[in-house]
Amino acid sequence: MGASPPDAGVLPGVEDAVALGLTPAEYDLIRDKLGRPPNQVELAMFSLLWSEHCAYKHSKKLLRTLPTEGRHVLMGPGENAGAVDVGGGLACAFKVESHNHPSAVEPFQGAATGVGGILRDIFAIGARPIAVLDSLRFGEPETSERSRYLLDRAVAGIGHYGNSIGVPTVGGEVYFEAPYEHNCLVNAMALGLGSKDRLMTSAAAGVGNVVVLFGASTGRDGIGGASVLASAELGEGDEDKRPTVQVGDPFAEKKLLECSLELLERGLLVSLQDLGAAGLTSSASEMASKGGVGIDLDVSRVPLREADMEPFEILVSESQERMLCVCAPERLDEVLEVCGKWEVHGTAIGEVTGSGQMRIFDADRLVGDMPVAALVDDCPLYDLAPERPGGPLYPPPVPLLAPDVEPTEALLALLRSPNVASRLPLFRQYDWLVQSRTVRRPEEADAAVLLLPDGAALAVSIDGSGRRVAADPYRGTVEVVLECAANLACVGAEPLGVTNNLNFGNPEKPYVAWQLTESVRGLGDACRALETAVVGGNVSLYNEGAAGPIYPTPVVGMVGRLPDARRAGRLGFARPGDAVAIAGRFRPALAAGELAKLCGEPLPDGLPEVDVAAVRAAIEAIRGAVRDGLLTSCHDIAEGGFLVAVAECCLAGGAGAVLDLGASDAPLVELFGEGPGGFVVSGAREALEELRARVPLDVFGEVGGDALSVRIAGHEVAVGLAELRAAHAELERFFP
Amino acid sequence: MRARVLIRPKAGILDPQGIAVERALPALGFSGVSNVHVGRLIELDVEDPSSLDAMCRRLLANPLIEDYEILDGRSG
Amino acid sequence: MKAGVVRFPGSCDEVDAQLALSRVGEAVLLWHADRDLQGVDAVVVPGGFSYGDYLRVGAIARFSPAMESVIAFAREGGLVLGICNGFQVLCEAGLLPGALLPNDHLRFRCAQAELEVVSADTPFTRGCSPGDRLSIPAKHTTGRYYAPPEELERMEAGGQVVLRYAAGTNPNGSLRDIAGVCNAERNVFGLMPHPEHAVDELTGASADGLRIFASMAEAVDGRVAA
Repeated sequence: MGASPPDAGVLPGVEDAVALGLTPAEYDLIRDKLGRPPNQVELAMFSLLWSEHCAYKHSKKLLRTLPTEGRHVLMGPGENAGAVDVGGGLACAFKVESHNHPSAVEPFQGAATGVGGILRDIFAIGARPIAVLDSLRFGEPETSERSRYLLDRAVAGIGHYGNSIGVPTVGGEVYFEAPYEHNCLVNAMALGLGSKDRLMTSAAAGVGNVVVLFGASTGRDGIGGASVLASAELGEGDEDKRPTVQVGDPFAEKKLLECSLELLERGLLVSLQDLGAAGLTSSASEMASKGGVGIDLDVSRVPLREADMEPFEILVSESQERMLCVCAPERLDEVLEVCGKWEVHGTAIGEVTGSGQMRIFDADRLVGDMPVAALVDDCPLYDLAPERPGGPLYPPPVPLLAPDVEPTEALLALLRSPNVASRLPLFRQYDWLVQSRTVRRPEEADAAVLLLPDGAALAVSIDGSGRRVAADPYRGTVEVVLECAANLACVGAEPLGVTNNLNFGNPEKPYVAWQLTESVRGLGDACRALETAVVGGNVSLYNEGAAGPIYPTPVVGMVGRLPDARRAGRLGFARPGDAVAIAGRFRPALAAGELAKLCGEPLPDGLPEVDVAAVRAAIEAIRGAVRDGLLTSCHDIAEGGFLVAVAECCLAGGAGAVLDLGASDAPLVELFGEGPGGFVVSGAREALEELRARVPLDVFGEVGGDALSVRIAGHEVAVGLAELRAAHAELERFFP
Repeated sequence: MRARVLIRPKAGILDPQGIAVERALPALGFSGVSNVHVGRLIELDVEDPSSLDAMCRRLLANPLIEDYEILDGRSG
Repeated sequence: MKAGVVRFPGSCDEVDAQLALSRVGEAVLLWHADRDLQGVDAVVVPGGFSYGDYLRVGAIARFSPAMESVIAFAREGGLVLGICNGFQVLCEAGLLPGALLPNDHLRFRCAQAELEVVSADTPFTRGCSPGDRLSIPAKHTTGRYYAPPEELERMEAGGQVVLRYAAGTNPNGSLRDIAGVCNAERNVFGLMPHPEHAVDELTGASADGLRIFASMAEAVDGRVAA
């Protein structure tokens, strides 16, 4: 105690700690834990590991309330990815992560490296990545050139990375709302398949084992904030020495992926970890922490891309496409041989010790010596101070329609609106075919479907909500989870597990803390009601600027399984004469929906109560009906309500429909109101009658003709397929 | 010696990258721009500069669709 | 038929090709660094992004040891099929005329392509008739086929244009809507669309791609018998 730090030099002080994002109290705590002040290297490492991004200081206590155990769960939160048992000896690993702030700076590379990062998390546990989905949110494209630019570049970046590495992008979502104008959201989800008995953990183990760094060389990418610690002064012309943008190289990652999978296949590794945010610092420390061991690292052995990098720079660098592994000393030669085969640099840079310390050397010089527990486990966790907001937080949208709009005009306006229009111009830029597993392409069904070797299939959906969660963080989040499960049911899949990305503003503001607390409460309750575990996820906070916070935006990725891929559901009408019905106890309301937005309605304070039991029952009935082959088509009612869902079924199937909804006090509510638990189904009349025994069902007409014709309370809607298609193609304008 | 090679798309072949750049400039307020073509610059340290020509023809350029210019006047 | 699919660093659709070829015979992977073609009857150079598309698509892969053997194999009359990136590699290697350039709209585009069989007089399309339509997906950024005008005339006259995009459906600006071509000897064939992704209606919108692989198997078995 009271000893002097190794390699003391000029010791950083509390002001440096604050410049690095720590609080003075946190700096004092670090001093206590070390028994002395930290030196430059140590302070850099603490500042990263104790950052919100790595330590989840404001959210960890909340996340502990989520249900993480279930009969399908093989790997829960805390590892690189979660994993569920999908039968046939296989595990499906999956996770969603955000790359919001980098994407706002450089959307192509931000989105691309977001995909790269999530893929590494998947193969780090020994699963071959088989699919990517993305959830994107931007400002209004109509009025914001910046948002159009972000959209165009983010989609290009996702396509570039996913296509080049040979992982199909099979689904996703994109939404446009003013609150995301200055804080876009780019969340990337990936799935992988691996052998359930051979999933790899990241816990370093075995005193004397070798720590090997492999992949790309290390440069100054992402060092940015830590540059206050530089011993050399950076002049103005030196900015290009510290790139703030990380550039991803999917070719490098493809080689890294094959190399990693072969290392695992050959049983050469004790553990594996990818390098993501906070680079070597977080990877090595977390590996040591999970294994209850220590690690000695020699930074002089790290292959560098830039000359004269200081030890703290090497430790903090976020250069892409790198992995860290631990192997027994006698396997090192084989490990390096596999690296050589795949043209990947591999270098032994350290050793596992029994000391419980993270010791950093620069050749012979000790430059850092910290207890692993202090770095990884002892970061203080903070309680939120949630407080319901006293008034509206978000300005009302700009009205584009009058409140008494005619149903036809409303339908076309909705189909044209960026939140509803066809996403074909986006997903046409993605390879959804590679790996030969894709059974349902984007816009063929409500969830992506991927063939499993035994003839069963995985289904996956990613859904989030901003506006409805802003109206009611608890109920809005419950709706998000139910929508995921409903999408899975439409293809016949049963949920196996959930991952989530929580995108919120500054949690130190009481109303954001309230949004976050209520949303997590809704997430937990909904997952428990569906008996589906949360196996991992990500939190992105501080998404706000001068204009205020983003809509609170939980994004949920749900993976499920259906026993027979050939019975996977579709959303398109297909057979003239098929009856068209709503299945489920659908209770639509206009408030907080897409039509209300087009009419300029401010957000309501609260959403109607959700009858979770009824929705769950409908979901199960639909799933069963799809599995039994009772239905020609099945589509969850979401944005724009019933009539938009019907239009989508007409467009997907290239078939019209003739419907009569009879008398109504509130035709716009019935046609365009939103809410959970409703499905548009089509099929033979007898089949729908069979379904009626399992779930509330209302038949409104039948498939036929080449127009969508609807009668309701004296209003007539009659729009030809060509006109529907033209309106629905509105996003083409944004991808010249 | 530090050599520099410019690779250009052959005249007469559609160059959509050049067209895209040509179209983007006026939107940013630059007028009077035409005939834009996008190519590549390759820089290398080479001990035997006389081998550059062969390097260009064999690997650095595809003579069917590209012209190359070694930045000391020699071109192909 | 025993087919070999070359795998380069960066290949993406090699396993898909291997799976598709397994439906008509045996199929093995050929590592780019090995010269040994393992006695295969036909070689497939697959889709993907070999060497990250660095320098030019296919420019580096063409020099690999495996490709040296493939070039010799082709010169001796062996069947060689290049799909997408493979087509690009074969053009760079001089086994096929012309070159592939960036799509005229400059984007990656994944969409079903409607192809018209122009020549059924090749080992790859002998199971089809001229005028047949094949529905096969295409997914690429660099698929615009180019050859100088005199070359194109020669190719058309010689029946070297094997597949065209159906009228009005050209997805990338290829000259004369060309989707696939063969060499003068007709033993090397390259196309931008991916027949290996159209062999099963469950995972592909059609099984039309199988007709190409079945034609190859027939051609090979015919040779063996003869």
